[in-house]
Amino acid sequence: MKNILTIIKKQIKDTVKNKPVLIQFLMFPVMTLVFENAIDVDMPELFFTKMFSSMYVGMAPLVAAASIISEEKEKNTLRVLMMAGVRPFEYLIGVSAYIWILCMAGSAVMATSLPSRDIPFFMAMMGAGCIISIFIGACIGIFAKNQMVTSSLMVPVMLILSFSPMLAMFNDKIEKAARFVFTQQIKVAVDGMSFESAGRFGVGVLFANAALALVLFFAAFRKKGLE
Amino acid sequence: MIRCKGVEKSFSDKKVLSGIDLEINDGQIFGLLGPSGAGKTTLIKIITGQLAYDGGSAVIMGKEARDLTRQDGRNIGIMMDNFGVYDRFSCIDNLKVFADIYGTPYEKIAESLELVGLKDAAKKSASDLSKGMRARLQLARVFMHSPEILFLDEPTSGLDPRSSKAIHRIIRDRKKEGCTIFLTTHNMEEAHELCDTVALLNEGRIVDIGAPDELCRKYDRKKTISVHLKTGEDMELSYSEENGAKIGELISSGNVETIHSSEPNLETVFLELTGKKLEEE
Repeated sequence: MKNILTIIKKQIKDTVKNKPVLIQFLMFPVMTLVFENAIDVDMPELFFTKMFSSMYVGMAPLVAAASIISEEKEKNTLRVLMMAGVRPFEYLIGVSAYIWILCMAGSAVMATSLPSRDIPFFMAMMGAGCIISIFIGACIGIFAKNQMVTSSLMVPVMLILSFSPMLAMFNDKIEKAARFVFTQQIKVAVDGMSFESAGRFGVGVLFANAALALVLFFAAFRKKGLE
Repeated sequence: MIRCKGVEKSFSDKKVLSGIDLEINDGQIFGLLGPSGAGKTTLIKIITGQLAYDGGSAVIMGKEARDLTRQDGRNIGIMMDNFGVYDRFSCIDNLKVFADIYGTPYEKIAESLELVGLKDAAKKSASDLSKGMRARLQLARVFMHSPEILFLDEPTSGLDPRSSKAIHRIIRDRKKEGCTIFLTTHNMEEAHELCDTVALLNEGRIVDIGAPDELCRKYDRKKTISVHLKTGEDMELSYSEENGAKIGELISSGNVETIHSSEPNLETVFLELTGKKLEEE
């Protein structure tokens, strides 16, 4: 537990200095606040909060997890941590917990526009989505040899996860494909602010995506470890 | 403290270490000399439990290396050539991460930084440090939890002479405090200056082992004395009673500028044993 807390503490200290990752955490919450308060045209209620929340889930946790792990691998600081007695699972839990906490803080900022009765459901959906996204990001970070390979793998995955809910609003064919992606189901659930709006299929997709992310994560970890 | 017997390691079909035998006593500085690719880092990784070995026995602190626990690891300090530091953190913050992991009080951070001469750079970001300062920061990280055994993998590689000397001083100070030090290098001067025992490693085999002076004497094939006279004349005299008297005469007449025995240095010994140079040109 002590090592997990040390990793979280280290990451928190690094947050302000690691600008590319910091931007990921701040970008959508700030955009949500600005757009919801500054744009006053005929739009569906809380349009930006709902759209940006699914984009946030698909982007911030994934980019943060992949970037942090691959940077530590490339700079050989991860190896130093392992040599100092930090176990791989402690490191991964520490980094994941840190990303999840920051994403939940970002989600809380985005939730400020919502009616208070919807906030628990919104936060629960964001929390679940962030966990899936962290697993996928960690999987990329573990699998990629260095930061450059991480970027090449991360960008297309991030684009699919974060932009498919938005594109699905404008194109039926994209919607048909996007419905199998967890970010789209989070968007649907958040639109209706209930599991009923996502339906059984939506909940099933969430669980299937989570299971797939978990399997991929363990496969990558088993094959590559944290070396 | 460290004992290897017949240690073997292969990567795929390539044998990297073949039958490594060595013994290192408490409080000794042991140097492993060899060119790049000789297997030095692999041997450190095996002894410190980072890498599994295919055969033989590697015992450290009375335990097989493969059985080392996390608690055992706390008695070992490792500085590898490629180990990184947190670039965005200051020197203090870099050490705080490891102080938290080892459960070392923060007061030790200032002590460690002072020990390696980084007291004034304590708040400087690691990305702004020179290569020599980064190496010293890594040393501070290794020293902070006062390990019993230190593994230093080419600690002065690529450093300027001043930084190298500073690191040599630190290594000697640790030895005085009773620390056992396992050092790899391809710098024969460094090995000669620091080590009690050196092992010459080539293509995964130890070709000879012993005290640096002992090894140099052992391979002194010429057994001559070179004398440079004030007149500019050079003389090479073999060991004999007659030449001894001659050298005595030259010294008493005040004609000798310099006088040297012919034993080789470690570089020449290595070259003779393997046909290879220690340092790449």
